[in-house]
Amino acid sequence: MELTNDVLKDLHRRMMRIRLFEEAAGRLFENSEMPGFIHLYVGEEAVAAGVCAALRPDDQVGSTHRGHGHLVAKGGDFKKMMAELMGKATGYCNGKGGSMHICDLELNMLGANGIVGAGAPIAVGAAFANKYRGNDTVAIVFFGDGATNIGAFHEAANMAAALKLPAVFVCENNEYGEYTPRSKTMAIDDVVDRAAGYGMPGVMVDGMDAVAVYEAATQAVARARAGHGPSFIEAKTYRYYNHHGVQIMGFKYRTDEEVDMWKARDCIDNIEARMEAGGVMTRAELDAVRDEIQAQVDEAVKFGQDSPYPEVDALLDDVYTVGAAQ
Amino acid sequence: MSATDTATEVRELTYLGAVNEALHQIMAEDPDVFCAGEDVGANGGVFGSFGGLQKQYGEMRSVDTPISEQAIIGLGIGAAVAGLRPVVDLMFMDFIMVAMDQIANQAAKLKYMFGGKTSLPMTITTNAGAGLSAAAQHSQSLEAMLCHVPGLKVVMPSNAYDAKGLLVASIRDDNPVVYCKHKMLFGAKGPCPEDLYEIPLGVAKTVRPGSDVTMVTYGRMVGESTKAAERLAEEGIDCEVIDLRTLQPMDSEAVIASVKRTNHCVVVHEAVRFGGLGAEIAAQIQEEAFDYLDAPVGRVAAPFAPVPFAPSLEKTYVPGAKRIAEGVRAAVERLSTSA
Repeated sequence: MELTNDVLKDLHRRMMRIRLFEEAAGRLFENSEMPGFIHLYVGEEAVAAGVCAALRPDDQVGSTHRGHGHLVAKGGDFKKMMAELMGKATGYCNGKGGSMHICDLELNMLGANGIVGAGAPIAVGAAFANKYRGNDTVAIVFFGDGATNIGAFHEAANMAAALKLPAVFVCENNEYGEYTPRSKTMAIDDVVDRAAGYGMPGVMVDGMDAVAVYEAATQAVARARAGHGPSFIEAKTYRYYNHHGVQIMGFKYRTDEEVDMWKARDCIDNIEARMEAGGVMTRAELDAVRDEIQAQVDEAVKFGQDSPYPEVDALLDDVYTVGAAQ
Repeated sequence: MSATDTATEVRELTYLGAVNEALHQIMAEDPDVFCAGEDVGANGGVFGSFGGLQKQYGEMRSVDTPISEQAIIGLGIGAAVAGLRPVVDLMFMDFIMVAMDQIANQAAKLKYMFGGKTSLPMTITTNAGAGLSAAAQHSQSLEAMLCHVPGLKVVMPSNAYDAKGLLVASIRDDNPVVYCKHKMLFGAKGPCPEDLYEIPLGVAKTVRPGSDVTMVTYGRMVGESTKAAERLAEEGIDCEVIDLRTLQPMDSEAVIASVKRTNHCVVVHEAVRFGGLGAEIAAQIQEEAFDYLDAPVGRVAAPFAPVPFAPSLEKTYVPGAKRIAEGVRAAVERLSTSA
């Protein structure tokens, strides 16, 4: 596989889009402009960007409660996203879903999910549909380290392997299940060890390195596309902010030194250094990309702020599909 | 009765045979329909509902899955979002509890949470009810739990004709439908046309017209209630028996209209009494037809206990014609004492 300058630029742009979107969302949340819960993806951008850069538009993505990054990486519209997070009628889900259910089915992003592990069986169902139709579309399942302790995940992984479905299981191991360290909730050091139990090839990558993630994902996706069944990728990464919100809970569950150590390996700093050193882009060009995306984010925030909340008569819309079968 | 007279010209099938025929015919009609579940494929389902499908349609359309109830439902959800029309099977209704997150938090809510951006044309088939000494984890009637979840539809057929027509409608519906067969009805024969037909969801059927009391029921209890009605007719009590057929959405209009004529109502179900559909139906009647009632709405249901194993206990647990008749008499006697 050739790592072209275009791939590097693509990875950088996807990560920067996630970072700036999430930073803005975090500020709005802290400022009480976003109702409900918010789980920010900041720090983990290399995983969503690396995987989604290896996908085709028709490939499906199953997501998690920390799903904004997956949708942005799949090409999500900032305005519809920001409006949805604010509960506005112009949002992706007409204000009915919010952060934990944000989706874009036209982009084949099958939705964030408020139940840990629950996205996996659904993505496996999409993978089944691909095999059923005989196409070579692949379904990606994102999940955290914590989700691998839940039954639904195990059932989904086993079923995907047993039925040899075109799926790729991507574990975003950020070392914490909510506020509890992974070492207290599983007796293994590497989540990828579980892949063997399902009869899937597993690979561990540096989840702070978008190129490493991209290369692993490209291989796993190619394997699934060729009809050889599912694979497992463990990306070791880190959540800069709290499980929920930015610092809202105030728990002292990790040290500042630990956070700083991970931030010193920041995925965006990492790729920008590489691009500058390799002459792919200059500092000024990188800054221009950042400014361009920041302007889009600012525009989306304004769009969300200016958008109306859903009319109350929308309350009972879309509980059921009404009318004749399609 | 005229319905059975004309039925002599119609072919008869068992309840289970009607289910199987519906699946064969709808799979022939719609290439997006597939069936999946434990022992669904090569063995045709442990009760035979899926018999012959794999031979006819192959392993991709008649799928043997692991014993993984959550993943079975998830398989249906993901495939439905991707545009297929899955039929996913949970062998016993008790097993919905294993898969409740995927049913109640996922399938039921996706459309709403996504702002209507998807529909979920999936059917969950399962087998409800006591009568086989299958004890407390293989005999339950849990329909009230499902009816409580917005986004789900719930169907419980009482006979072969309805079993076929309601299954066709369930599969063609663009919403998640839980289609609950009753295990004690599998062998019950009844008229069942050979052509592919549909009985619309949400429409009750008056299986016996009457003027003195309305019996609202569904599933296996339709037969028992009809038997009770025949006994009561000999005593001069003329019962109207309404088979709800679909529990969610419920045909409340049919119930209310009947109660307004008979001024009495007894709800009969096999599920436990507390928090059962009888409570919902009684509440709706007092909201919509309070001034028409000559007596409180009665309920005949299972006692508040798990389903027992011993045949003697199980027989006592499940309402039968005798107990139903007693419940109706109590409601009617209330009329004579208060009049």
